[in-house]
Amino acid sequence: MADTVLGVTYKGGVVLATDQTNARSILTYQHNLDKIKELSSHSAMGVSGPNCDLVNFTEYIAKNIKLYELSHDGMKLSTHAQANFARSELAAALRKGPYQVNILLGGYDTKKEEASLYTLDYLGSLHKVDFGAQGYASYFCLSIMDRDFDENMTEKEAVAVVDHCIQEIQTRFLLSQPNFIIKVVDKDGVRVVRAGKDPADT
Amino acid sequence: QKDNITFIVPHKQYTMLGAKGMVIGDDILDLGSRKADLRSSRGRRQIGGGFAPPPLMLGAPEQFDLPNVPDPALYTRSNFASVSGNKDANQEIKFAKGTTTLAFKFNGGIIVSVDSRSTMGNYISSGTVQKVIKINPYLLGTMAGGAADCSFWERNLGVQCRMFELTNGHRISVAGASKLLANTMSSYRGYGLSMGTMVTGWDETGPQLYYVDDDGTRLKGKYFSVGSGSTYAYGVLDTYHRDDLSVEEAIDLGKRAIYHATHRDAFSGGINNLFHVTKDGWVQIHAIDVNDMHYEFAEEKNNRMAS
Repeated sequence: MADTVLGVTYKGGVVLATDQTNARSILTYQHNLDKIKELSSHSAMGVSGPNCDLVNFTEYIAKNIKLYELSHDGMKLSTHAQANFARSELAAALRKGPYQVNILLGGYDTKKEEASLYTLDYLGSLHKVDFGAQGYASYFCLSIMDRDFDENMTEKEAVAVVDHCIQEIQTRFLLSQPNFIIKVVDKDGVRVVRAGKDPADT
Repeated sequence: QKDNITFIVPHKQYTMLGAKGMVIGDDILDLGSRKADLRSSRGRRQIGGGFAPPPLMLGAPEQFDLPNVPDPALYTRSNFASVSGNKDANQEIKFAKGTTTLAFKFNGGIIVSVDSRSTMGNYISSGTVQKVIKINPYLLGTMAGGAADCSFWERNLGVQCRMFELTNGHRISVAGASKLLANTMSSYRGYGLSMGTMVTGWDETGPQLYYVDDDGTRLKGKYFSVGSGSTYAYGVLDTYHRDDLSVEEAIDLGKRAIYHATHRDAFSGGINNLFHVTKDGWVQIHAIDVNDMHYEFAEEKNNRMAS
């Protein structure tokens, strides 16, 4: 709940943003964690939840997607397929050893030339959305996204919407989240727009 | 069956069953525990799609003693509590991470500095615990949490690292070693393990420091401190840490951070064991009683104030 994940689609891509704080109880372990994990060349998911599940779940899904590509002669899975696969794994593990992760999965389909965003939660629900937020941040940010969202936005405008949300979180949310990492998924793949603190600085 | 040895005693026939045919109550050596099923048949979620490494076990491979109850995970979780992990439900045995351990990277390598106090509730059970575990000559691990869990699993990690070396012909990286440990911890999630450790060493990519936790957390970083006194140690570390510390300054920083933590935290104390990791492996620098440090620093402060 304490982690923030934001996602906004625009014409030709999707913006994902997460906070970079990693904390337990009253202690912050690090301020430069990258919680947006790449799944394939043109998709990524922003994940909130305990570090263990974050890492294990994303690596599991990403490597299985890679395996599919390798065993099907380079055929790439669509974002819709990847999201449904991730959901089915969450659901399968639910009554054995659940992954306590809430996810926003964004991807760009090069064939259809359109971007899509899916929201998944730890109970195995899946929904295609234009924009979304996970965690307590949703209480502050969904209204901003409702007001500002426009399906014909450009990348710059979409990042601006995310910036408004980040500003609001830093103003009103009790927990301090000084650093955010923002990534964009478009026809050129996944790239970092801005990182509050360099995740590789370890 | 070849595996069984049958003894005939006048009114009873005891059969010592082979490793695979174990049934509760049939073994004359049965102490009330039962052997776990092979991991694959238990339907437990496998981490990363593969099997957890078989736990190191005396005797039969792939078998591990579990409490002789229907749900061993629930039993261990509800009877052995970790203060930060499982909720406090008045369990009989509580593991508190009463300790201070720290490790930090700088240009001259890595400093690992720990205290040596072991507590059971309000009782100091030992003042001379070795909280730095020498996994192998180039990898160090620290201990915070249940002492048994830390020493056992880190020795198990040593075995896995050695197997990697023998299989692949070269040393395992620190990233790989920490991932092995984190995967083991993930597999036993919910069983009430208590371990907060830092795995550190110098491999081909340079000095590396990873924090690994009993709930499977694995973080790479420049410095970490673990234990009840960690917040105090962080105070000193955050303020005075720089990448360009000299080796003497770094040793002094590691020493002082532990001293300050033991001064304020009741559950930390004893002797400060400090290690330095370089590209040639680790070396112990000193083992100083924190009480002696107290008077040394007090005198130093007096001299500074006087001048």
